[in-house]
Amino acid sequence: MSFPTAAKSALANPQLRHNLARATRTIRARRAAVVSEVADWERQREAGAAIKDAALLDLDRQLERLEAAVQAAGGSVHWAPDAAAATAIIARLVRAAGSTEAIKVKSMASEEIGLDEALAAAGITAHETDLAELIVQLGDDRPSHILVPAIHRNRVEIRDLFEAKLGERGLSPEPRELAAAARRHLRERFLSVGVGISGANFAVAETGAVCLVESEGNGRMCTTLPHTLITLMGIEKVVPRFADLATMLPLLARSATGERMNPYTSLWTGAREDGDGPRDFHLVLLDNGRTDVLADAVGRQSLRCIRCSACLNVCPVYERTGGHAYESTYPGPIGAILSPQLSGMREHASLPAASTLCGACYEVCPVKIDIPAVLVHLRARVVAGGQAPRGEGAAMRALARILLSRRGYEAAQRAARHGELGPGQRLLGPLAAWTVSRELPQAPAQSFRGWWHEHRA
Amino acid sequence: MRVALFITCLNDTFFPATGRATVEVLERVGCTVSFPREQTCCGQMHLNTGYPAEAARLARRQLRALAGAEAIVTPSASCAATMREHYPELVGEAPPVHDLCSFLVSELGVEDVGARFPHSVAYHPTCHSLRSLQLGDAPSRLLGKVREIDLLELAEADSCCGFGGTFAVKNADVSTAMLTDKIGHLLNSGAEVCTAVDNSCLMHIGGGLRRLRAGVRTVHLAEILAAQG
Repeated sequence: MSFPTAAKSALANPQLRHNLARATRTIRARRAAVVSEVADWERQREAGAAIKDAALLDLDRQLERLEAAVQAAGGSVHWAPDAAAATAIIARLVRAAGSTEAIKVKSMASEEIGLDEALAAAGITAHETDLAELIVQLGDDRPSHILVPAIHRNRVEIRDLFEAKLGERGLSPEPRELAAAARRHLRERFLSVGVGISGANFAVAETGAVCLVESEGNGRMCTTLPHTLITLMGIEKVVPRFADLATMLPLLARSATGERMNPYTSLWTGAREDGDGPRDFHLVLLDNGRTDVLADAVGRQSLRCIRCSACLNVCPVYERTGGHAYESTYPGPIGAILSPQLSGMREHASLPAASTLCGACYEVCPVKIDIPAVLVHLRARVVAGGQAPRGEGAAMRALARILLSRRGYEAAQRAARHGELGPGQRLLGPLAAWTVSRELPQAPAQSFRGWWHEHRA
Repeated sequence: MRVALFITCLNDTFFPATGRATVEVLERVGCTVSFPREQTCCGQMHLNTGYPAEAARLARRQLRALAGAEAIVTPSASCAATMREHYPELVGEAPPVHDLCSFLVSELGVEDVGARFPHSVAYHPTCHSLRSLQLGDAPSRLLGKVREIDLLELAEADSCCGFGGTFAVKNADVSTAMLTDKIGHLLNSGAEVCTAVDNSCLMHIGGGLRRLRAGVRTVHLAEILAAQG
């Protein structure tokens, strides 16, 4: 399904529109407030972009440094060129740990490779422990936001879901009570399952430290209680130095949840032999299209992304359609540039056009990804790949021919005044789409150049 | 000061009154205005829709048509942004082009152009004027000096109206949803007139207002600055 078609059903759902507008407005205001506290925010953004660029332009070496450091600290490193390799490695590791269950921390990389489904096919049950991911999993639903996966649900819908799926009775839709119900359900898993699976926000090449931020503490439990910890991370998550975290963590927290610092920041380096933490640690490095993105000089800035979702929360398109309309792991403006590059232009050909290029995303991006510029670049790739809507290329080339000649242009103006579309007959389809909700402008009796010629020339 | 007017293909064809108003305002503040007749289109639509080769041909033609001008002024922030921000990468050079408002305020240091416009007005800061060209408060300063104008607050003013060039037809439903909210805020403001620095956005907003028979007009900011009635 193309984005415009998928968006149509989202737009027709008033509850969804209300939930999204309310939630994005709240997060937007919170972000704006905490960002305004930082006097040199623009310099922080530049520093964040520079750190990520430094890592990306030296990625092969930084990843080898990371591998060596993790191994030196007693961990194992696995290289996964694609989703199939990554899921096979993780399934093998879970089984080798003697388990048929795993507790999971919310991870976009895991969504990207379809890990839960792949594990289920291998006979392994994955339990999502993030509250919103649990809501999505229980509802047999898909996440609709990078950071707030159940943003499309309101508290009454969640209460009904918990009563249906967790065997809870008489719950009120108060957030505190809903969280307590989820906690009762999750505590048993935390204490009984021996394998944890997490993503990573950053990994430090210099020391081998892996960094995970979260708000609920479930991540801390998943990464410390099980005897085996498997961390899946995209190769673009590496930063060169430990000190880089001092720049990246505040950029992420303020942009993501509008907090000065996120509630839980977990850092671990390799495995522990003293029993305080997992005794086996595996780091799975996922490529899955990332080196192809890196090869594109304009598109590669997309790999700076630290998954804060600030661009989703300010996007006027996302606010109205929600995440499902993007039909990809990564929704919103960042999804519109990441998904086509990671999983194929053909599958996501309509996403680069799913933006007005209003620039709100670029303005808030903490690592200064020029999303409108990448969108425009990808639109050209869509056209070059023959994926543009039928007839568009012919119409655009015909229009260019008219505009490249003053005489042709002036003749077209005369035709427009007489209500004829002339060579622009091909525009009839687009005109019909315009007039669903808007009147067409009336061509005036005289063009500007006609007036100038008559009165001023 | 001698300035060359870049009218833009949209204004030339559909909104000549904006062009005449731009000439009047520029002459009122002492400029000598020329209109290089060979100009047609800056290539913005081709560039943004994914046709950079066609856009580059249009851009090179545009540079030739406006060659030699010491200052080019246009009543379109998005066309000015295309030429300033994207021409360097597209064709290796950017012409000295200015949006009318920033030209008046930043280049000439003029805020009061002697206008009188006795109507209630809501100003919609267009995305390219706000975030690409970063006009800042130049349009508001100019409006602030207009006599008898009643400037009204527009809620969520800096959110996009949903035009976005070919977005308006490729994603007509999302575009309409955005337009509906913009129109709602406009009607709530109580203004008789919605103004902006780009007729493309105003064509979108105005097209929606006329469909609804909402009784609110769209007027380009240049026309308010030219008004003395």
